[in-house]
Amino acid sequence: MTPNAWLQIALLIGTVLLLVKPVGAYMAYVYENQPVPGVGRILGPVERGIYRVCGISPQHQQDWKRYTVALLLFNLLGFMAVYLLQRWQGWLPFNPAHMPAVAPSSLAFNTAASFVTNTDWQNYAGESTMSYCTQMTALAVQNFLSASTGLTVLVALVRGLTRKTTAELGSFWVDLTRSMIYILLPLSLVLAVVLVSQGVPQTLDKYITVHLVQPFHQAGASATAPSTLITTQTIAVGPVASQEAIKELGTNGGGFFNANSAHPLENPNGLTNFLEEVAILLLPLAFCYTFGRMVNDTRQGWAVLAAMVILLLALMIPCVMAEQAGNPLLARYCNQQPTPLQPGGNMVGKEARFGPVNSAIFAAVTTGTSTGAVNSMFDSFTPLGGLCPMWLIQLSEVAPGGVGSGLYGMLMFVLITVFIAGLMIGRTPEYLGKKIEAFEMKMASVAILVPPSLVLLGTAVACVTAAGLAGITNPGPHGFSEMLYAMTSQANNNGSAFAGLNGDTTFYNVLGALLMLAARFWTIIPTMAIAGSLARKKIIPAGSGTLTTNSPLFVFILIAIIVVVIALTFFPALALGPIAEQMQMMARHR
Amino acid sequence: MTIFTPQPGVTGPVPATTHSTSAPHGEGWLSMLRATVTLFVIMTFLAGIVYPLLVTQIARLVFPWQAHGSLINHAGQHVLSGRQAAGSILIGQYFSHPWYFWPRPSATSPMPYNAAASGGSNTGPTNPALIANIKARVAALHAVDPGNKQPIPVDLVTSSGSGLDPDESIAAAYYQIPRIARLRHIPPAKLKALVNRCIIKRSLDVFGQRAVNVLELNLALDRAYPR
Repeated sequence: MTPNAWLQIALLIGTVLLLVKPVGAYMAYVYENQPVPGVGRILGPVERGIYRVCGISPQHQQDWKRYTVALLLFNLLGFMAVYLLQRWQGWLPFNPAHMPAVAPSSLAFNTAASFVTNTDWQNYAGESTMSYCTQMTALAVQNFLSASTGLTVLVALVRGLTRKTTAELGSFWVDLTRSMIYILLPLSLVLAVVLVSQGVPQTLDKYITVHLVQPFHQAGASATAPSTLITTQTIAVGPVASQEAIKELGTNGGGFFNANSAHPLENPNGLTNFLEEVAILLLPLAFCYTFGRMVNDTRQGWAVLAAMVILLLALMIPCVMAEQAGNPLLARYCNQQPTPLQPGGNMVGKEARFGPVNSAIFAAVTTGTSTGAVNSMFDSFTPLGGLCPMWLIQLSEVAPGGVGSGLYGMLMFVLITVFIAGLMIGRTPEYLGKKIEAFEMKMASVAILVPPSLVLLGTAVACVTAAGLAGITNPGPHGFSEMLYAMTSQANNNGSAFAGLNGDTTFYNVLGALLMLAARFWTIIPTMAIAGSLARKKIIPAGSGTLTTNSPLFVFILIAIIVVVIALTFFPALALGPIAEQMQMMARHR
Repeated sequence: MTIFTPQPGVTGPVPATTHSTSAPHGEGWLSMLRATVTLFVIMTFLAGIVYPLLVTQIARLVFPWQAHGSLINHAGQHVLSGRQAAGSILIGQYFSHPWYFWPRPSATSPMPYNAAASGGSNTGPTNPALIANIKARVAALHAVDPGNKQPIPVDLVTSSGSGLDPDESIAAAYYQIPRIARLRHIPPAKLKALVNRCIIKRSLDVFGQRAVNVLELNLALDRAYPR
């Protein structure tokens, strides 16, 4: 690795870690339902106004079932809204490019499932499919609401750990409202304005047409077709910055444009690239500190955070190394050495302003979290470089995972770890004074086994059906990697892609939508059940036999459990895809 | 002014006897439905209308040029209308004439640098099509500059992720200097100075990679040495 690569990683992780405590402490005010310092004076009346209009009493408490039903109902409404807004966009305002209804219906179905579940898998190209109205009121709104939904589940789980002998977990509506108006909306507003200042467009005007400096002849589609003289360039613009901000902060990842954050109008320079990476990591990591504050032991939060960051770095660093090393098959034709005049490395599908280092770091950040935004095309990564983001997603999105969903996913692994460690030392497993019993273990097992099962079953189905194989665009093991990545991404609610796969078919649209919905809600429901069950329990004071869960040793065991239980599940599949391709590449090079 | 007052029982330990979840509001399915639907409508309005329009308004007042695509004219000045513009400083254009600096290859369809349909080639690292494409690009560069035996910088023969990359590496621009110097009868040292003036530094000198903006470079070339 070059010194620059170490510097870029250190700056990113260092900046985020500096922000964890202040942002985490701020969020603790929000979720302990305390007056929020500073902005509370302005936004407090807005909050109370919303409750009044909706007929919500802020003191109202819900048990886990009512909380979950309210959450599912809210998400069902979101699903219907996204679907219908896409299908009706031809008749709606804010459509200067005159985009027709999104078709076929399976594509609208897939997109609705994708944005409601915080996945943001995209089987469409934004600038040639979606009107400004759909981007703003359907897709960006779900970017906010799906992130808020993740936060509500997490808050309910943390309350389950801290409250005792009660059924009350708080109010879904209050938690959602406070997530929106105290955290996501203000942060997005600030980030969006900063992004505009760097060149990310924000306009409702129609696409811009400019006259080319050098017109050129474009050959016809076939040998006999006449060539056409191209004299103009149409530049797609729109309300990009407002969507870009929440796309990163909410770990959503659905780009305004097809090329996502590789597009110069979504991510114009090194600074925006850095800010987008910080925005992606900020809330998932900061909530670890919030969690520590809410359980009255910040070291518990730091321990979980340490496990997340170690796992992230363990796959980020090899990814950077693989991409910087370049593709040996190209060495005969061009110079891939890094020099002061060029970044070198594997530049296929990468932008000159980022180079392999900032592209690989972004790749790890976006897949370690459940974001799925990309600033380079993963399909063109080297085999091992592409393995890293895929494996990060396959860890079930806990390193550090999505907003809310990452930490509640990680806490499921913590419960499993506590249980296994408890068995090893012959004690009743406890976490933060709560006994972990058969019910919690059953539910936690469901929550952690659903995504890997969906990935492997989905890939198996795609491999043995003609419709699945038809989507492949690269030959050999790489084609298998494309399918495996698609299932991995959707069944873990990530949304990034080996984008060569042709996913806009009825088969991939429907299968993917079902995977995304199952992965999201079949983990939320058991998590909420655990929250309800833990809240009813007493809190046992820690004794001499209590397993400490905030020590480096515990962090080590937690990581080991994740690797053994989940990461190795995928090893056979990875061997057939990226690892086989690496072998093939080495053989051909020789 | 009083702000939201914390209520007993909302946080922290709750008395063991509190098992009831009943409250004046939120009881029953109908009020649950009402609260959920109303909240959804309000949140859609806030996040889908108020927020983007507020950002648009701030952008229009404070950063009108950036908000509207960062357009420049042939003199390199900022303009707001596409009619007066030579292009966007952030969006690459296709240059095929040998007397211009060539940009990186673009995989957009149906023509290169189609800024209404961004995207990469998505060819995998062992795909024979990738190798064939790169061979063809190397051959094209050698065809217009047979005497140039320098190694070709990788980014000059590989397509970018967006297909709209406005930049190329400094090495890629330097590589093309002999060709343009010969065709335009310009001393190579002067061309090198021109390239150096168009180098984009890292943001805050640390983030990203140094690169050359190809549209700016070609406009500066036409201004300094009109053909």
